[in-house]
Amino acid sequence: MTTTDPYAGERPKLTAFYPRAKELNIRDAWQVWNGYKFAECYYDGEYEYFCVRNTCGTYDICPMQKYEIKGRNAEAMLNRMVTRDVKKIGLNRVAYCVWCTDEGRMIDDGTIFKLANDRFMLTCGSPCTAWLRKASFGFDDVTVTDVTDDIAALALQGPTSCATLKKMGLGGIDTAKPFDIKFFPFHGETLMVSRTGFTGDLGYELWIPKELAVQMWDELYAAGEDYGIQPFGETATNMTRLEAAFIMPAMEFNEALLTVNLNHDQTPFELSLGWLVDFDKPHFSGRAALLEEKKRGPKYTLTKLDIEGNKPAEESYIYNDKRCKGKEVGYVTSAMWSPAVKANIALAMIKTEHLNDDLWAEIYYAKELRQYSRVAKCTRKTKPFWTPPRARATPPADY
Amino acid sequence: MSNYDAIVIGAGHNGLTNAAYLAKAGLNVVVLEKNDYIGGAAVTRELQEGWHYSNCSYVCSMMRQAIHRDLDLARHGLILVPYLSTVNFGDGDERLIGYHDAEAAHLELKRLSPHDADAMHRLETDLTRYSQLIRKTLMRTPPEPTSFRPRDLMEMLWLARKFWALGEKEIYEYVRFFTMSAAEFLEDYFEHDLIKAAMASPGIIGTALGVYSPGSSYILLHHVMGDVDGSIGAWGLARGGMGAISKSIASAAQEFGAEIRTEAGVQQVLVKNGKASGVVLENGDEITSRIVVSNLDAKRTFTRIMDKNDLPDGIYKRAKNFKIRGSSGKVNIALSGMPKFTGLPDNRYANRGGQTFSGSLETMERAYDCWKRGTWSDDPFIESVIPSAWDPTVAPVGKHWMSNFVQYCPPKLADGPWTPEKRDAFGESVISKIERYSPGFRDLIVHMEVRTPHDIENEIGLTEGNIFQGELTIDQLFFNRPFPGYGQYRMPVKNMYMCGSSTHPGGGVSAVCGANAAREILMDLRKPNTVPEDDFYDE
Repeated sequence: MTTTDPYAGERPKLTAFYPRAKELNIRDAWQVWNGYKFAECYYDGEYEYFCVRNTCGTYDICPMQKYEIKGRNAEAMLNRMVTRDVKKIGLNRVAYCVWCTDEGRMIDDGTIFKLANDRFMLTCGSPCTAWLRKASFGFDDVTVTDVTDDIAALALQGPTSCATLKKMGLGGIDTAKPFDIKFFPFHGETLMVSRTGFTGDLGYELWIPKELAVQMWDELYAAGEDYGIQPFGETATNMTRLEAAFIMPAMEFNEALLTVNLNHDQTPFELSLGWLVDFDKPHFSGRAALLEEKKRGPKYTLTKLDIEGNKPAEESYIYNDKRCKGKEVGYVTSAMWSPAVKANIALAMIKTEHLNDDLWAEIYYAKELRQYSRVAKCTRKTKPFWTPPRARATPPADY
Repeated sequence: MSNYDAIVIGAGHNGLTNAAYLAKAGLNVVVLEKNDYIGGAAVTRELQEGWHYSNCSYVCSMMRQAIHRDLDLARHGLILVPYLSTVNFGDGDERLIGYHDAEAAHLELKRLSPHDADAMHRLETDLTRYSQLIRKTLMRTPPEPTSFRPRDLMEMLWLARKFWALGEKEIYEYVRFFTMSAAEFLEDYFEHDLIKAAMASPGIIGTALGVYSPGSSYILLHHVMGDVDGSIGAWGLARGGMGAISKSIASAAQEFGAEIRTEAGVQQVLVKNGKASGVVLENGDEITSRIVVSNLDAKRTFTRIMDKNDLPDGIYKRAKNFKIRGSSGKVNIALSGMPKFTGLPDNRYANRGGQTFSGSLETMERAYDCWKRGTWSDDPFIESVIPSAWDPTVAPVGKHWMSNFVQYCPPKLADGPWTPEKRDAFGESVISKIERYSPGFRDLIVHMEVRTPHDIENEIGLTEGNIFQGELTIDQLFFNRPFPGYGQYRMPVKNMYMCGSSTHPGGGVSAVCGANAAREILMDLRKPNTVPEDDFYDE
């Protein structure tokens, strides 16, 4: 007699790597992303962060949404949807993109993989099926398939990631430039590897039919053993992406389709992603509004801040006077003490007209149940906080 | 003959820090190093192809993040990686695994003693509180207690205020803490031998004291008051070895315009009309400068590179009697694979921390007895770490190296001078102790560097091989460091300064001594200060 779990419908689903991930999740620290159980950390968030900066780590991105977009009109359809010119993406290349509503408000960001002239893969953080259906209206030859459950994906990030893949037998992986895609035979199937990631460091993402997920994990971990391989979770991801100044939904931006108060969502220009908006290409969703926004200038500008002292400026208001008495000129979206850079870093939305003012963060923190506050000077940074040369080097060194 | 604003003698990490801040203020600085490599005791060397030893210092926690940040050492290639906790090996089969997770660590202590598991929380809280005041003084120049200059009075007042703020009970505790032994201090907290031994071991490291010697309690605090990214008590490894710290500081100093010369040992500091005016190198070259900064220890500075007749009365004698006894050796071992230790779980984290072969208080004290008799112990205290378990850059793939800090090892033997044979015998005592806990360890050895205090003195110039440039006992701390009346980095000869660990706040790879000295020098030269204030976490 088989017993059925009466709560099965409500339990988080398990990713293809779960059989291995659960063995290594010694802390039993799990969260849920798009219905899938995924790790907050496995051993210790900061330890895992250092693995990404010092050796290499894997991050289970199975819960990330993946769509296959196929057909003669696939390119035209994507080109109408996203703000970047999809025509300019080379074959077997990846491009980071955003897409907006007609009002120019950002729906989500993600990556487009050009796998053939008529076949693409789109990945993004939140489910996008309904929007993709809308985006396909009027195109005869395009099909969108949600392949999230079919493809297992694992990010491998850190200075020894290339050496690990070489040891695993992926010959020529070191010739992959950033945003390149390479294919390798793997037990009768194809292992796709893109030189992409969310950590700002040297890194790759591995894409495999889910049936071979555990096999791939085992071979990767066998190869990586002497290269310090370690699974990492959301805590380390969030630390590394902030050092790389990458944006996160529900942190830097509120997805437009999920925004009640229409002043609470953002445009790409506000998020300092104007470089992703290509007005030279044919019509795309949000074009008119974005053109207007470009002319007028964004109300807010996402800004990288180096803040004095070492109290993370989490959820702080930013003022342009040291006494923090006037009206605030901005707010912090993400903040942390960066162990690698040794700086107190933050991303903040600053009212564009005040960008060149002196900026001060009013920081609150607690110590043994007591609340304290301090005001700290902020310095604007133009480059991401963490930009190691190895992240761009081809071929990368072994560590 | 060339002319500089400042000569810094010794390219150890403090000398380089000092040079960086002087150069940042626009001074024309040269650092003179006797060896053909820089770094002093914060150094990485490849003695066996593919293996990069941190030959002397091997971990760090005192490195001030204010300096790390201010000199932008991350951009100059420095990354400090905290390592996981330490395993303590008892005399017999007993192990105390310092799990990284606080809850797991508590349960592990509870396994040995439920009482001590609770007491550990109290100890950690107390140590954190005790270290607060001292941490605040690190990046400040100690006041002269007998001076009536406004700045000294202000600093004394600041200190008195902080001290009184501790409250009556804590003030008594403080005085006790500074004068008692580590073992006695811990008796008040713990009942279990291995736990006591594990916690007492920081009290003897680098010190010619035993766990029962008065004063070792402060050394314990000195070793636990550091931090990595605000996590007090944590220890880190520098990626690329400890030399990466010196290299990054050197790179920052050079970017500010400082010049670094290797194989330029200083023979003598030149003094004219009671003022330092330059140096003569071992090769006879003369270099002149407005000021001379010595990063050598106090004893070496005043007894080896200065003419006794140039010094005021009494200083030579003080320097000669400066307490700088060597007590420790270092054995660096290249390994063909990862050693396995008995009584430890076989998992991916087990060797990613340190190994401390402390045994018991009794074992440590017996080892100290050997030192007093002028020999090494055949059952030494060893603090080890396997940096290659963490750092992919310091050993060939799949191979490892183990750093072993050994106590005690005398600088002078009772039965005559150190010889290569005796050095080998000392190394053998270390291998056989480790082999007791790791059968087959010997077979993994590819290469070995054994350093006695005698070798350390000869190679990097630390008198008697004392890692702190002078012991950290209360008579030689704070305004008494190195000598009473000379606690503010200015030396008895005008235009001459000290910037090494012989000055406040003492030993450790902290970069503080060099930075503090730079601040004082810039004040004398009427230059704007370039040294940042400490940005320690609020406590």
